[in-house]
Amino acid sequence: MSHSSHASQPTHGADRELLIGAHDYGTVTDRIAGVVLNQRGHPLPWFAVFALAFLLLNGMMLTITYLLYRGVGIWGINQPAGWGFDIINFVWWIGIGHAGTLISAILLLMRQQWRTSINRFAEAMTLFAVACAGLYPLLHTGRPWVAYWLFPYPNVMGMWPQFRSPLIWDVFAVSTYMTVSALFWFVGLVPDLATLRDRARNKVARILFGIGALGWRGSARHWSRYEAAYLMLAGLSTPLVLSVHSIVSFDFAVSVLPGWHTTVFPPYFVAGAIYAGFAMVLTLAIPIRAWYGLKDFITDKHLDWMAKIMLATGLIVVYGYVMEMFFGWYSGNPYEGYLIKNRMTGPYAPLFWGLLICNGVVPQVLWSPRWRASVPVLFAVSLVVSVGMWLERFIIIPVSLHRDFLPSSWGMYVPTLWDWGMFIGTLGLFFFLMFLFIRFLPMISIFEMRDLVLRLRGHRSESREPIAKSTEVEPV
Amino acid sequence: MRQLFPPASNTIARVSLTLGLLLPAVALLAGSAISRAPYNTKVDIPLDQPVPFSHEHHVNELGLDCQYCHTSVEKGPKAGLPPTHTCMGCHSQIWTNSPLLEPVRKSFQTGEPIKWNLVNSVPDFVYFDHSIHVKKGIGCTECHGPVHEMQITYKAKPFHMAWCLQCHRKPEEFIRPKEEVMNPHYSHPKNHVEVGRKLVDEYGIKVEQLTDCSICHR
Repeated sequence: MSHSSHASQPTHGADRELLIGAHDYGTVTDRIAGVVLNQRGHPLPWFAVFALAFLLLNGMMLTITYLLYRGVGIWGINQPAGWGFDIINFVWWIGIGHAGTLISAILLLMRQQWRTSINRFAEAMTLFAVACAGLYPLLHTGRPWVAYWLFPYPNVMGMWPQFRSPLIWDVFAVSTYMTVSALFWFVGLVPDLATLRDRARNKVARILFGIGALGWRGSARHWSRYEAAYLMLAGLSTPLVLSVHSIVSFDFAVSVLPGWHTTVFPPYFVAGAIYAGFAMVLTLAIPIRAWYGLKDFITDKHLDWMAKIMLATGLIVVYGYVMEMFFGWYSGNPYEGYLIKNRMTGPYAPLFWGLLICNGVVPQVLWSPRWRASVPVLFAVSLVVSVGMWLERFIIIPVSLHRDFLPSSWGMYVPTLWDWGMFIGTLGLFFFLMFLFIRFLPMISIFEMRDLVLRLRGHRSESREPIAKSTEVEPV
Repeated sequence: MRQLFPPASNTIARVSLTLGLLLPAVALLAGSAISRAPYNTKVDIPLDQPVPFSHEHHVNELGLDCQYCHTSVEKGPKAGLPPTHTCMGCHSQIWTNSPLLEPVRKSFQTGEPIKWNLVNSVPDFVYFDHSIHVKKGIGCTECHGPVHEMQITYKAKPFHMAWCLQCHRKPEEFIRPKEEVMNPHYSHPKNHVEVGRKLVDEYGIKVEQLTDCSICHR
């Protein structure tokens, strides 16, 4: 994009590996738009994953129906562990979304060219992960039909939300995040929707893409306004990458429970979110680029850099674990000390050691450039990290709750079949939405790829169609 | 190639942008207006009753005390509706042939109570007790309005939670001396907040507890 650098500027050696093959503006457009326009060209795995996801989604609908009928008593939560899968999965999903925002906003502001081919579907991933996350607190309230009580509106109860509670901060953080992410994603889509509108042969598709394209004609004025709007939204999203998960961590850190009442929580949660998010981006990118033949655009270099970010954020998370253990001992507080002991040797100890292996040990293979270059290894590590981050939330939430201050109030948290149904169901919802997106919208930003062609190859590349944008605009 | 959209699309786009911003705001305002309107609260709307009983006649003109009929108001959660015997105490002597009183006589003969329609009510999840309010200086008319002027009884206040909380947050603005509780003609003095504060102290009302959730939702 033009706000990144001028076409004439030399590119770094590594940047040349961001696009493989003899691509020009035309082939880039054909390849990406073709996925959407050639509806018969979808590979078998698309149908397989979509069918499975649809099945799981229907399972989730059944679970939610029964939940609304019977209430949250069907879940495993009870005293002393009032928070279980509902909050674990909320935190897990919302964390996954963070990679999308980091890629689209922070990497944009830092002028990282390698974000170009992964930002679109990472943003879609953000939206769908936040949608999955949002379901949990909504249903956790037990009466989702009065969830609007969470917002300050002119009501006849004479009541205002409790602004001193981090739970209400959550409502604002997550709804802001959802709104800004959706706007950012849509604004970025507009020029591509215009491309699809102009290329679609199907009348209905032309009209639908046309409505989404908002009358985009690619004039210099359009581009100038687009650049300004996109940059402003990037600026708005950037603090959200840090704030949303910090506020989620306040749900715990503001309380006085051992294992929750820790100052390390906000940065540790944010790092964990980006860690889990990049794991999910890799989990999605690796198979999808193979199925749709997009290895020219999402290259091994991209995977390599994502793996490096995963390694870096993973180390921050491990630092968080070490600090938790250190302060458990250093505080001299018997409750804090017991919590650490209980994590290591208590009834949930296998999960704790599993967490350390998944998040602390296994990702260390990414230090080796040779292993980072191996796609199967990357795929396996990203799955392990996803499991690890889920275990982390389990360790934080029920393991802190199930040992109350008074031993007479101790209990156990065991998720029920309905908890699992809901969790697996949201996986279904996520992949259902993701695969619909892959099929009906361009999963890689077409015009940004054209821009990348220009910057990597210069004007020498022979374009089959004129470039639709001015490259001289340099906003802000 | 033919244009995909007719020229009117520009207008539609602009209108939908405007409406997209306006409609949610209008919906929010309309919702909050409707929930406060008599359409929802039934305030000021007289309710049909099996017998057209006039509080105006019985209280204002004849001077009956509230407790002549609503006997349990000082003792329990409900003020109570009178048994038909109470009506017949007088109406076996006067207006004995009035066609309007036919349901009363029928009830007296059969023992079937008259089915009055409830004018003021609180939801089931609200714990409400008349006796504590009456004993701490909250007058009947404070919640029920000028019942002594009602030909047919109607609801005078919205009975929203926000309305309850007005008094639970600042009882000094609504409290009156205990001996005036049953007096429908009582009017607050000019310095009623000052007087009210003294009464709140005197009656031992702990204002900080009055807005606890469990005071009303048990």
